[in-house]
Amino acid sequence: MTVKDILKALDATVSSGSEHLDQEITSAFASDMMSEVLAYSKGQSVLVTGLCNPQVIRTAEMLDITCIVLIRGKEANEEMIRLAEERNLVILETKYIMFSACGILYGLGLEGGTT
Amino acid sequence: MSEQTGTSGVELKYMVSPDDFTRAGEASSKVKNILKQMGISPDVIRKVSIAMYEGEINMVIHAHGGDITVTITPEEIRMVLRDDGPGIPDVEKAMKAGYSTAPEQVRALGFGAGMGLPNMQNYTDEMKVETEIGVGTTITMSVHIEG
Ligand SMILES: Nc1ncnc2c1ncn2[C@@H]1O[C@H](COP(=O)(O)OP(=O)(O)OP(=O)(O)O)[C@@H](O)[C@H]1O
Ligand SMILES: [Mg+2]
Repeated sequence: MTVKDILKALDATVSSGSEHLDQEITSAFASDMMSEVLAYSKGQSVLVTGLCNPQVIRTAEMLDITCIVLIRGKEANEEMIRLAEERNLVILETKYIMFSACGILYGLGLEGGTT
Repeated sequence: MSEQTGTSGVELKYMVSPDDFTRAGEASSKVKNILKQMGISPDVIRKVSIAMYEGEINMVIHAHGGDITVTITPEEIRMVLRDDGPGIPDVEKAMKAGYSTAPEQVRALGFGAGMGLPNMQNYTDEMKVETEIGVGTTITMSVHIEG
């Protein structure tokens, strides 16, 4: 599936990287703690998070995550959008809570993993 | 920041600013880009990026910033992270997964799970922590380049 499919399924809006919506996605990671993402992610390409600060973009950058999904109606600030645009990262924003967003993406066939 | 190329490899130096959490990770980001341009393998880049970023964040949230020196040779990528913060009273304890003294406001920023130091250890081939209470902490890490 592509980022576009995620965008539709989560009824989301795009706040960065609208020109990168056709990239293929196979797996996702979800957490509000960036330390956990850094410790346990294994090459997933989507990060689902309720944390909303520039370190979300930096964490994604370090791990080669290409798409960030902000949940619970969080909105990326200017600094986040600037950093994301510079790095060709997509930011999607959805009103779904963590449980729902993850359930929907899992149902679409995105893989997760274990520690 | 400064960059130097000599017979002993490429040396990169960065200052890590203490008072702007937004900018924490800037040095790691720059190093990641330089390693990419140099054609270093993605696996090595991933290890260096994660370890250095965790260390850089620690310098901002637990100390008052400092400086980072990265040396790139054909054999290894060596990172030296130096701060003049409070020091670490019990390094063995600090290295344990889940141990953190981070206050609530740091957790609200997405850090403070006590995973940084263990993560740095896991992603590097060598790691040394030198620390003195009231003087500061220097962490030296190396990722080997398989050849
Ligand atoms: N540069 C430093 N100066 C002083 N204390 C430090 C430094 N780095 C780490 N520590 C101490 O070691 C503890 C463990 O560090 P570690 O990076 O593993 O976890 P954390 O930073 O608290 O949380 P996380 O890294 O998961 O966000 C810290 O809570 C802090 O008490
Ligand atoms: Mg840490």
